[in-house]
Amino acid sequence: MQRNPMQDSPKQHDGARGADDTPLPHGLDEVKIGLARMLKGGVIMDVTTVEQAKIAEDAGACAVMALERVPSDIRKEGGVARMASIDMIARIQQAVTIPVMAKARIGHFVEAQVLETLGVDFIDESEVLTPADPENHIDKRAFKVPFVCGATCLNEALRRIGEGAAMLRTKGEAGTGNIIEAVRHLRLIQKTIRELSVTPTAELMHRAKELQAPFHLVEFVAKHGKLPVPNFAAGGIATPADAALVMALGAEAVFVGSGIFKSDDPAKTAAAIVKATAQWRDPAVIAQACRETGSAMRGLSMESIPEGERLATRGW
Amino acid sequence: MRGIAGVLCLQGSSEPHLARLAELFAAGELAQPPREVRQQRDLDGLTHLILPGGESTTIRHLLDLFGMTDDLLARHRDGRLCLFGTCAGAILLAADDGTRPKRLALLDATLDRNAYGRQVDSFSEALTLELPEEHGAPTFHGVFIRAPRFTRIGPGVRVVARRGAEPVLVEAPGLLAGTFHPELTRDLRIHRHFVALKVATH
Repeated sequence: MQRNPMQDSPKQHDGARGADDTPLPHGLDEVKIGLARMLKGGVIMDVTTVEQAKIAEDAGACAVMALERVPSDIRKEGGVARMASIDMIARIQQAVTIPVMAKARIGHFVEAQVLETLGVDFIDESEVLTPADPENHIDKRAFKVPFVCGATCLNEALRRIGEGAAMLRTKGEAGTGNIIEAVRHLRLIQKTIRELSVTPTAELMHRAKELQAPFHLVEFVAKHGKLPVPNFAAGGIATPADAALVMALGAEAVFVGSGIFKSDDPAKTAAAIVKATAQWRDPAVIAQACRETGSAMRGLSMESIPEGERLATRGW
Repeated sequence: MRGIAGVLCLQGSSEPHLARLAELFAAGELAQPPREVRQQRDLDGLTHLILPGGESTTIRHLLDLFGMTDDLLARHRDGRLCLFGTCAGAILLAADDGTRPKRLALLDATLDRNAYGRQVDSFSEALTLELPEEHGAPTFHGVFIRAPRFTRIGPGVRVVARRGAEPVLVEAPGLLAGTFHPELTRDLRIHRHFVALKVATH
């Protein structure tokens, strides 16, 4: 019988998934992480207008991310990318009933306070925006609203959880329509989790020192073989097959940025990505979803992006 | 007769429900390990299905998209399938009130979505549980996330848990619906109560 890699995937890549029913490590909040869990298996779509938010909701998005410009435009136009306009976020909140997320700049706790006051459901402390602090991320435990943060590796992931992030996502390389970086980040996080899960207890403090990550979280991952919060994929997802790939690699949900509203038929692309994400185990459904999309965004090769312009290197 | 239970795994927080059901299977209270229900064929032979928390509009969209809605309704109405909805799942089971998403209209009760407000208004709190078969502590740890609220409960519907005076978990023949997340605690009482609900053919 032919081996189906998709069927082997769930267990093999289980390490990237967040633990569901283990007691949470100190400092983490069940209500904040609870919302992250409710978003699992879904697609969170970047939107810049009320019309786009409605298209996303109708297509089956489980949440929308309100921002001023999608990553591919930020990349193209340059300039300082900041939190979206308050008026726009408020209008999107009025227009849809699904959760509304918004991005704050790395370390910009005042943007985060403003977003919390506005009642957004999740804040993305995002490398897609221009960082506001050269060393520090936001102290996310001080907020009632949950935060999601990007990570390229377990080191970064555990530092963000230590600061109070209730959800992680891969950074990938936003605005490229190129999935390679998200895949790299998912695999690297899993690889390190696998290594930790066979590391003797006596060596964990040394590993925590090497990883520059909080000891109690290193210990949690070593013990449970999982992250204490859900881990989603983001950065470069442009097609239904991309979404199914990251799900098969252990992501628990997907963020799609430029991939939808930079495609030639956003409503169709959005619906097809939702479909493929829900049925990522079934290649026949993914094929159908691929058939139902228009052409994807053109995309960028990693080689064409100078090191200094890579968003994934932002964040510390 | 022991049932065969599963969790709808289209979108939302299905894993903790599967973990709770796996514990009940290990305790000999279910005939098979819990089933992940993703497509219509996964419903065959199932006696108990949990509709998990998640986004109710997304879950309804996917039920319709994958052609599962009518089969689910028919199996419940024929008495072959007991249903337990938590949060988004409870919204779907409720009677239609003209708002999105279109409800499945199996439970004679209405629920307002996001009735406590946005995520910053989510909370956890002790509830009073009224299960006739349980003799343990009458409280239950209730986790409420962008939770809905019962606005009307029909005459044939029994309240199983309350937050203060407010109903948060209700029961009707073959149905259980709650606005909070018992699957996020390790307390099995509510799941045990659900899998003990009888389908008509048993």
